[in-house]
Amino acid sequence: MPPDSRATMPHRTAAPPPVTCAPVTSTLIWIVVALAAIGLYLSWTAGRLDRLHARIDAARAALDAQLLRRASVAQELATAGVLDPAASMVLYEAAHAARQAEEDHREVAESDLSQALRAVFGETEQVEAVRAAPGGEDAARELAQAVRRVPMARRFHNDAVRAARALRRHRTVRWFRLAGHAPFPLAFEMDDEPPTALADRPGT
Amino acid sequence: MRIGIVCPYSWDVPGGVQFHIRDLADHLIALGHHVSVLAPADDGTPLPPYAVSAGRAVPVPYNGSVARLNFGFLSAARVRRWLHDGTFDVIHIHEPASPSLGLLACWAAQGPIVATFHTSNPRSRAMIAAYPILQPALEKISARIAVSEYARRTLVEHLGGDAVVIPNGVDVDFFAKAAPRPEWQGGTIGFVGRIDEPRKGLPVLMKALPRILAERPGTRLLVAGRGDEKEAVEKLPAELRPRVEFLGMISDEDKARFLRSVDVYVAPNTGGESFGIILVEAMSASAPVLASDLDAFAQVLDQGAAGELFANEDADALADAAVRLLGDPARRAELRARGSAHVRRFDWSTVGADILSVYETVTDGAAAVAAADDPAVPGGLLSRFGLARD
Repeated sequence: MPPDSRATMPHRTAAPPPVTCAPVTSTLIWIVVALAAIGLYLSWTAGRLDRLHARIDAARAALDAQLLRRASVAQELATAGVLDPAASMVLYEAAHAARQAEEDHREVAESDLSQALRAVFGETEQVEAVRAAPGGEDAARELAQAVRRVPMARRFHNDAVRAARALRRHRTVRWFRLAGHAPFPLAFEMDDEPPTALADRPGT
Repeated sequence: MRIGIVCPYSWDVPGGVQFHIRDLADHLIALGHHVSVLAPADDGTPLPPYAVSAGRAVPVPYNGSVARLNFGFLSAARVRRWLHDGTFDVIHIHEPASPSLGLLACWAAQGPIVATFHTSNPRSRAMIAAYPILQPALEKISARIAVSEYARRTLVEHLGGDAVVIPNGVDVDFFAKAAPRPEWQGGTIGFVGRIDEPRKGLPVLMKALPRILAERPGTRLLVAGRGDEKEAVEKLPAELRPRVEFLGMISDEDKARFLRSVDVYVAPNTGGESFGIILVEAMSASAPVLASDLDAFAQVLDQGAAGELFANEDADALADAAVRLLGDPARRAELRARGSAHVRRFDWSTVGADILSVYETVTDGAAAVAAADDPAVPGGLLSRFGLARD
């Protein structure tokens, strides 16, 4: 760094106030500079928060899409006649409940669907039977994709929620009410363990 | 889908992350996607058609070794131009927490960002110091991928949040179909890695070698990798030195044939590994694997089911296990079979589908990627300091 560039940096004690400028004016200038700096920081923080809220919205939309896809495929399979009647009924019931669930019961209903899927597709033989049916190959692939993507989408959503919550707990954000009226973000908690026969992948 | 991939390390230096990105790009292009890779590279370096140079990387001591990194004003400008010209649906940043292109891209971009964390370093002081600067950039990442459960745990501890685990990919058939070379067969132990990098563990293997040779005199050690060969055998008694053959750097084809040929592949790495792609390659070539029990290795080897583990840095344990394996063809055949079956989950067909699932999940509810200052401030001064609102 060249030596003269240091002199341009604002420094409270470095230079005595210029003779042409009364001490009051210089104090005023400092106050304005400080206020501007605080304003910039607040605006930047608000921008960060805004971006995080947008990220949560996008992640939530993606999660909803994946959950809906999963419930649709499950319902399709339940009504296709490729499963035995008991399994069909269990799966249909759970998929229907998941699709119709009110917001408050959504997490429970989706967890129930996960459980039902695990019960029905617990064995590889069942998956093979579905694959063997006409059109079953596609259905099985879609279901495998859906049960794989739901945990992914949920993890991304909850990660965004955690980041937003961490920022919203920050003093600056609380004191200056930077979050406005945006509701405090809530994680989506559910049992999303995929059936073993459909997801034979390590470590997720 | 239009996909932008950011590589943090120099394209002209071979390394795990670079290979991973190259293979990922090839895989995605073969599926019909548009891929552009932004990577540091010297001007003279021949780049594949999909790669864009971000300028020369500067060698800097970082994280225990000399890393070639990109930072500064010019690189930042190139990143922004690449983002602007690319009109990507999603960008995939590798190693966003290392002070290189990844972090710059994180600063400059908005929209769906996917990030892969490859390393699993213990919390460093640099990271603690940089945390307030890193956090706003890392907040932009919509989806995090960790290459192993171990890398994910480190990520969660250090940066908070969560990640999905998608292992690194390997073209299994490339290794499985390679033809063995007779001169590398017959009582051979294989090692692939930099000779002069102690973390790759060659010294441990050298310490174990006299005992292995005493009990199985016909054994040869084949070492593939660059480094000082004389220094490597210095500690070995002179009469044993001819039992070690150095092959130098070998091509990918030769590596596949090498792994197909050896009787036991030994990975004595002592640390700094977050995945262990070489183990996956060895298993793809159905080589029986004997590896140190690092967390990452244990996970790749399915906690010892798909390959044998020995206590890290314990030359005696390594010698015992190697002697036992060399004298037991039935066990080796069993390991070959188990490894080949286990390794299918690391094939690009599986890994690539998973990565695409992540892309599709994050683009489902979001707009395309843009440079953060595109609409807001044409001059981009504010955004250069991360001040622009999007």
